[in-house]
Amino acid sequence: MLRYLLNKIALLIPTLVGITICAFAFVRLLPGDPILAMAGEHGVAPARYEELKQQFGFDLPIWEQYARYVGEVATGDFGVSISSKRPVIEEFKTLFPATLELSFFAMVFAMMLGIPAGIFAAVKRGSWFDQSLMGTALVGYSMPIFWWGLLLIIFFSGYLGWTPVNGRIDLQYFFKPITGFMTIDTLIYGKWAAFRSVLRHLVLPTIVLGTIPLAVIARQTRSAMLEVLSEDYVRTARAKGLSSARVIGVHALRNALIPVVTTIGLQVSTLLAGAILTETIFSWPGIGRWMVESISKRDYVVVQSGLLLIALIVMAVNLIVDVLYAVINPRIRAA
Amino acid sequence: MKKTMTFAAALLAASVLSGMASAKTLVYCSEASPANFDPGTTTGGNDFDASSRTVYSRLVEFKHGGTEVEPGLADKWEISDDGLVYTFHLHPGVKFQTTDYFKPTRDLNADDVVFSFDRQFNKENPWNGDKYLPNLTWDYYTGMDMPKYVAKWEKVDDLTVKLTLTEPNAPMLANLGMDFASIVSKEYADQLQKDGKMADFSTKPIGTGPFQFVDYQLDSVIRYAANPDYFKGKEKIDDLVFAITPDATARIQKVLAGECDIAPYPNPADIGTIKANKDVTLMDQAGLNIGYMSYNTTIPPLDKPEVRHALNQAIDREALIKSLFQDAGATPAENLIPPTMWSWDKDVKADAYNPDAAKKVLADAGLKEIQLWASDRVRPYNPNFQRAAELIQADWAKVGVKAEIVNYEWTKYRSEGKKKDRPGAFQIGWTGDNGDPDNFFATLFACSAIGVSNYSSWCDKDFEDLIQKAKKTSDQAERTKLYEQAQVIFAKQAPAFLLAHSQVYAVVRKNVSGFMMDPLGIHRFDGVDKAE
Repeated sequence: MLRYLLNKIALLIPTLVGITICAFAFVRLLPGDPILAMAGEHGVAPARYEELKQQFGFDLPIWEQYARYVGEVATGDFGVSISSKRPVIEEFKTLFPATLELSFFAMVFAMMLGIPAGIFAAVKRGSWFDQSLMGTALVGYSMPIFWWGLLLIIFFSGYLGWTPVNGRIDLQYFFKPITGFMTIDTLIYGKWAAFRSVLRHLVLPTIVLGTIPLAVIARQTRSAMLEVLSEDYVRTARAKGLSSARVIGVHALRNALIPVVTTIGLQVSTLLAGAILTETIFSWPGIGRWMVESISKRDYVVVQSGLLLIALIVMAVNLIVDVLYAVINPRIRAA
Repeated sequence: MKKTMTFAAALLAASVLSGMASAKTLVYCSEASPANFDPGTTTGGNDFDASSRTVYSRLVEFKHGGTEVEPGLADKWEISDDGLVYTFHLHPGVKFQTTDYFKPTRDLNADDVVFSFDRQFNKENPWNGDKYLPNLTWDYYTGMDMPKYVAKWEKVDDLTVKLTLTEPNAPMLANLGMDFASIVSKEYADQLQKDGKMADFSTKPIGTGPFQFVDYQLDSVIRYAANPDYFKGKEKIDDLVFAITPDATARIQKVLAGECDIAPYPNPADIGTIKANKDVTLMDQAGLNIGYMSYNTTIPPLDKPEVRHALNQAIDREALIKSLFQDAGATPAENLIPPTMWSWDKDVKADAYNPDAAKKVLADAGLKEIQLWASDRVRPYNPNFQRAAELIQADWAKVGVKAEIVNYEWTKYRSEGKKKDRPGAFQIGWTGDNGDPDNFFATLFACSAIGVSNYSSWCDKDFEDLIQKAKKTSDQAERTKLYEQAQVIFAKQAPAFLLAHSQVYAVVRKNVSGFMMDPLGIHRFDGVDKAE
């Protein structure tokens, strides 16, 4: 197991180097110039432009800029935002809990609905439920997040008035964040009404962000379950006279879950990508929106360090999934 | 220690929660997060709404809803006959805000004024550079040419400040009403410097404005309370909240649902829905802006005014504006400056649509092909450069001119477009900074702006003489005459095709009173009230 783990970690190093290059190159490949973006319509006189280029270090050869960046990141210095002048890591630490909280709820929502729905569809293969579930899953998977989010806001918040339009909590509640997770903070303060307000604000963004993972998990669970259900040992279990619930719940499910866990792990990057749009529509103060705004401002420092931090998280999650995978399926460890 | 902090935070929360019930709260759905709260260091309209227009005041202010300059922290001022020395007399007894992070021991005085400007240009000032914040650029201070015109700021006595210029510059007074000219507290700066917490100056602002800063949750909510010591009297609303809502449709839904009281910049597509709702009012005003298309006047045959006029006449401007601005509407531009600005000459008219006349002139001049520039960005004065380019292309095709559309990303677009030898017609526009005509005429068409923001590379001696003369005299009647003459020359020479001045909108709930649209595009909450 330890060797397996070390192998996995060793593989992360070249990935990490690759990511620093991609993050660094990506923002520079975008058309646009951070200095001109800052100057706005005023434009900037050529002499002043050169002066600013020097001040920001953009006049250095590209490899030197990269070496500087890697050197700083290696010592834990993620730089200072060009536009807000705040350290990138501080902004990240403030905003990340909001993204994590939303992603957590979206994932729980997707799993709670997706896994049972997938099992049921597999068991009732070919039934109207199976057919309509798979059809709906396909629609859910292809749903443009922006459109879907606005549709839900207009219907549930605008027309029915059931949910708040956006934000994380009603504006009347105001407290200093402790953990940054609103659900936890309101409970620490013992404010039940505020806690309920947080949950009400979570409903729509959770549904919007959870829709694609839900569709993917439901489909994956169904196909994994179908495969397992046709295995010999399932037939043997049934032949032994075990109840259908026990065969599916114990014998089949455990094996079917192996590919599902991998799928769930892979959905983490989908969630972070989805967060970009979901956070923009729902005014959710997370890292997705932060990245979008930084790209439009050509804030090189935030974009390159933000991408790196996000990539680090995705890599960490994938590592955890790999480990979990090995725990569930002992054959992997041996290989 | 941590426990104490938590307890204190809980107490704070409890006190705010209990105090909230009776307080009058105004919620503004702002369009973006502020970069920070020091208006000297930022450039965005949303940055200024959140800092300079709420927390700070200036020596002079723009009249609410207009562009005329009126007294601010300075009750009165004198300008020397040679236009070189401005003497400001400060309002006595103005208090800086008292918050949990700063308790002022003295009133506003001349030291604060001198410090507010000195920090923006004096490299010796510790607040000018990296000691305060990394990579400071002071964009507006340099952008408004302040280093060129300001010789020195001096304290005469506690309540008198003297500004000496290097040469007469009439727009200077209007510059001092701009956001970057907000007056900050030297006492607060000194205290932070002593405590080694200089960066707090940009995150925990202290000013003399109508509201004082309470809290900012990054990218989410900004909270202010009415400044009880405001020198023009405490505001009627007790708490002001900015709910940061970047998506325009979501912003409007929030106002309709009663979660916000005021929201700016609705989508043109939502204008119909807003007008149909009985709980809200759609406020509009002609923006202090101009959308136009610059011809490079140095490259034949565009160097001939008659050719430029003919190209203008070939464009069906009315149809173009209708297609671009749709329900949002826009005022066709007759002049470079908008009708809301002083010195606007109502007798000057833009070229009328006359394709037949145009065709002949263009054929005689031998103009068969032209480059037509477009970018990807939505601007207040032109919501769709590409669509505009396609429509103009079609109009020009009708008079025998084949236009090739040239596309670039926005920042590259401008850096390529301003080059002296850039060929063809270049779509661009401008939103005014300070309501002074100089900010349009000189910024966009002075000879010295060639290569910076004079996209026509147009340098006309008569026009230049007039605008330079107008810059040097501080008599407004005299300046008006000079600018009127300049407008006549501009219309005759036609260095550009003038498109439109767009409308600016805000959605306001019916129980809010006293909110005014501002031609400068700022959102002010002083004087606003809300019925329960």
